[in-house]
Amino acid sequence: MTSLSDSGRDRNGGERLLQLILPLATLALGLLVWELTVRIDEIPPYVLPAPSLVLKTLFSDREILLTSLLVTFITTFEGLLLALIGGVGLAILFNQSRLLEYSLYPYAVILQVTPVVAIAPLLLIYLPQDVAVLACAWIVAFFPVLANTTLGLKSVDHNLADLFELYGASRAQILLRLKLPSALPYVLGGVKIAGGLSLIGAVVAEIAAGSAAAGSGLAYRIAESGYRLNIPRMFAALLLLSITGIVIFFVLSYLSDLLLRRWHESAIKREN
Amino acid sequence: MLMIDPTDAKIRPSIVALHGVAKTFANGTIALDHFDLDVRQGEFLSLVGASGCGKSTALRLIAGLGEPTQGAIAWSGSDADAPANSHDIGFVFQEPTLMPWASVSANVALPLTLRGLAASLIAPRVDEALERVGLAAFAKVYPRELSGGMKMRVSIARALVTLPTLLLMDEPFAALDEITRFKLNNDLLNVWQALNKTIVFVTHSVFESVYLSQRIVIMTSRPGRIFSEVAIDAPYPRDERFRTSAEYGGYCRAVSDALRRASGDAS
Repeated sequence: MTSLSDSGRDRNGGERLLQLILPLATLALGLLVWELTVRIDEIPPYVLPAPSLVLKTLFSDREILLTSLLVTFITTFEGLLLALIGGVGLAILFNQSRLLEYSLYPYAVILQVTPVVAIAPLLLIYLPQDVAVLACAWIVAFFPVLANTTLGLKSVDHNLADLFELYGASRAQILLRLKLPSALPYVLGGVKIAGGLSLIGAVVAEIAAGSAAAGSGLAYRIAESGYRLNIPRMFAALLLLSITGIVIFFVLSYLSDLLLRRWHESAIKREN
Repeated sequence: MLMIDPTDAKIRPSIVALHGVAKTFANGTIALDHFDLDVRQGEFLSLVGASGCGKSTALRLIAGLGEPTQGAIAWSGSDADAPANSHDIGFVFQEPTLMPWASVSANVALPLTLRGLAASLIAPRVDEALERVGLAAFAKVYPRELSGGMKMRVSIARALVTLPTLLLMDEPFAALDEITRFKLNNDLLNVWQALNKTIVFVTHSVFESVYLSQRIVIMTSRPGRIFSEVAIDAPYPRDERFRTSAEYGGYCRAVSDALRRASGDAS
């Protein structure tokens, strides 16, 4: 973030340090209060485990948790990838054919506004479990990509569009050299949202699935640990899910910045 | 190559002529009505009028961006029967209208890239066009790193890269500061003389039109029609001495008067 005040470089550097230190300090304080409360009040671990116990569990159960993490991560990644392909592909089709857009767009919206928790049990009936989980991740992730790409493809500079027409550009040239580059920042914005949503979709479907199939993800571990009153493991799995979400967000932000930093306003660092 | 005497605008052959052209937009706005214009080979012609008088519309119709509601646009010579958007035209908009995601050279190359020319043929022509506008050193730079005046130079280089027979310019320097505008005015005149091109230049600045043009067409507003025409017989090259001469002042007064009468009761 850039400060609008006429602060010098030192103050900017100091502020950046504060932005890093303050949340970490808050975290440390929170964990300390949590740990002390559990110890002083002697709260049993099946009610509220102390942070130290959660970390211990994370380490002792690492094998089972990391296997589950991998399952959920792969589902999330596949869901996101399919959302990108499906969202951008569908947006391009809609952009090229108005009839197709009129015919299909309402259903894309319906798919989006119907809560995925409600769709998941149905999908689990009709599809194999891993496919159903992937489908849920895809359903929630693809809409922001579709909506943003659709908007982006329409947000072409009118004069540039005139220029392409003037020089007799073909439909393919207009799409590849004008519309898609114009839409790129919008697509990336959509993908950033879709990354988090894909994880949510995967988690919801895993919990809905609830059965101990071979490839059980982190969310399934949470549900299972809940039934067994293994609360420390629930927290450990939850921690891993949060970290996964954070990593996905930062990786996507970095990719977006990498693709846009030479030209798009959103990625340009201003010096002041 | 036909040799043309640049001082005698009247006997030169026509490149494109608009006969009784009218343009009404979907919302009912009559932008042009009974508009006649003859663009002659090699001339520097300016269209001057109040904002909203249809001068940009006229330019866009010549470029084939939109069809006239009435009347005809007739091309001469080898271009006579070509379809509307295949005439050899360069167009410069009021904004630089560059692709922000592409480098300066890729932007200038665009018209040739769209025509499917081989990269090896494109590169030397892009270099030449950039050289001509004084931006040879900036080929690899992205548009956002350039000043407003430099962006406009890129836009002009892009319009020149096809070596078009007709260069259409829609208030290209209106958004620039005066110092930059004067500089670009001179550079444009140099390019025009070096390449022997035809330019139709739309502006609302009386002073700019007198400085640049051989012929100024003054338009009325709503609907846009031709009110009168002023020939600027001052010789080229024109420079700062011309800009401060009594002759220049006289022409400016004549065009201003005509413009005031053209706007008539409106003002």
